Amino acid sequence: MKDTAEYKASIENIRAQFPILSQKVNGRDLVYFDNAATSQKPYTVIERIDNYYKNENANIHRGVHYLSQKATEDYESARNIIGTYLNAADASEIIFTKGTTDGINLIASSYGSMLNEGDEILISAMEHHSNIVPWQLLESQRGIKLRIIPIHENGEIDMDAYNEMLNSKTKLVSVTHISNTLGSINPIGEIIDKAHAVGAKVLIDGAQSIQHDQIDLKALNCDFFVFSGHKVFGPTGIGVLYGKSEILNLMPPYQGGGDMIEKVSFEKTTFNVLPFKFEAGTPNIVGGIALGEAFNFLKSLNFNELHEHEMNLLKYAEEELNKIDNIRIIGTAKNKTSVISFNVGELHPFDIGTLLDKQGFAVRTGHHCTQPLMDFYKIPGTIRVSFSVYNTKQEIDLFLIALKKAIDILS
Amino acid sequence: MNYSEKQNSIIEDFSMFEDWMEKYEFIIELGKEVNLIPEQDKSDDLLIEGCQSRVWLKSEVNNGQMYYFADSDAIITKGIISLLIKVMNGETPSTIAKENLFFIEKIGLQEHLSPTRANGLLEMVKRMKMDAIKNI
Repeated sequence: MKDTAEYKASIENIRAQFPILSQKVNGRDLVYFDNAATSQKPYTVIERIDNYYKNENANIHRGVHYLSQKATEDYESARNIIGTYLNAADASEIIFTKGTTDGINLIASSYGSMLNEGDEILISAMEHHSNIVPWQLLESQRGIKLRIIPIHENGEIDMDAYNEMLNSKTKLVSVTHISNTLGSINPIGEIIDKAHAVGAKVLIDGAQSIQHDQIDLKALNCDFFVFSGHKVFGPTGIGVLYGKSEILNLMPPYQGGGDMIEKVSFEKTTFNVLPFKFEAGTPNIVGGIALGEAFNFLKSLNFNELHEHEMNLLKYAEEELNKIDNIRIIGTAKNKTSVISFNVGELHPFDIGTLLDKQGFAVRTGHHCTQPLMDFYKIPGTIRVSFSVYNTKQEIDLFLIALKKAIDILS
Repeated sequence: MNYSEKQNSIIEDFSMFEDWMEKYEFIIELGKEVNLIPEQDKSDDLLIEGCQSRVWLKSEVNNGQMYYFADSDAIITKGIISLLIKVMNGETPSTIAKENLFFIEKIGLQEHLSPTRANGLLEMVKRMKMDAIKNI
């Protein structure tokens, strides 16, 4: 893989912006390979949160005073930064939520209330629980039919099956852009076009892709796109639901309360315009502002170079892992992001994860909130490593040594 | 040895280890000695679902003393179970229910008792105590 001094310096420069990466865990240098669960935060985001509470804190959208107006401007400016970055038609299509799960629940509750018995929703077999359970709840509440698009053994969606399942009753297709467990990048362009051809709307779960891909909502033409701030260098508790304004305008409000109303009376209450119609109550102001800062950080990166870096890490790690006896990589799609799930013979992922932790490595073990996918592969769980822009080849080399040590102890 | 003495003896065993890996190698060895439950007896009512590793637990009272049998699909979990069994087996229900269980924290394994249910151990300790309480 690319290993020039200039290249290394550019990655070191990015690493230096993440204070958490320089700490020790269990007496060893921390190696953070759990980026699919959450990304670390750069100084700019941390300092933005600090500065907000020190100098700017006020409630927004209502006050006439200086601080309130400043906080309102900053919050709305963050919405603009995010909308522009994602190429949304208008910033009012960017709804702030608590995260991906909240966004999907909003759609299931609001858009779902417009569906009727017999209508069909399609999800794939590789979805995270947060893109399964809200639809199961809707199924029991409204009698819609939830159908599962099968996947191939290598972790790719079975597109032939998908094409056959689409029909005039299909009202929504809700699929993940990138599988959090397998790393598969799904052909969402084709999925979206085919769904639109039968008049269905499409929700893309972008929780994993937002950090790795430059998303262009206009080009994608999806109807909804959801993601979490904490997976894209921002804080927890904030996320985004993008929706096309013509659909969001037709949908009923999700939660009632302050900010989402135009006028309230006991006879008749009218609702605010987008995006406020879907943002009841005092929002996560600092979260929104800090997420805007995270997108400023994203803008500062050279995406092509970083994409190449992550692909190099993925390829190198997979090649080296495959040299270890009894390794089985789960998810071998042709188009993958820098996520690797694997098992070692019959060893339990929890045992390996524990011994890696004791050597300073943060990896994820378990079912990754995709139990149906574990059932598909007939395994209790996997060990998952997931890389981000700040990870290095040297970290992978250290990881391989630690993994071999863990395997030796357990065998 | 009484309940506290058994726990202190485990703490002393663990004090010899210089690093985490040695400690875990010892736990893994202990995992091989646990009083297993035969495969055919592993019914769902003995199962304690952890988020990652699964634990089966069975208890018996013999001459007023508690005896536990357990198994897990993860060897480290099994090792920690074997420590719990060493301490609790042969004790009266009242001792197990009332006396302090302090060795896990003292040997630095309290993370395994966190409520994130990483390995079902917190539930297992609760169930071991509940089984004792039922027999007081």
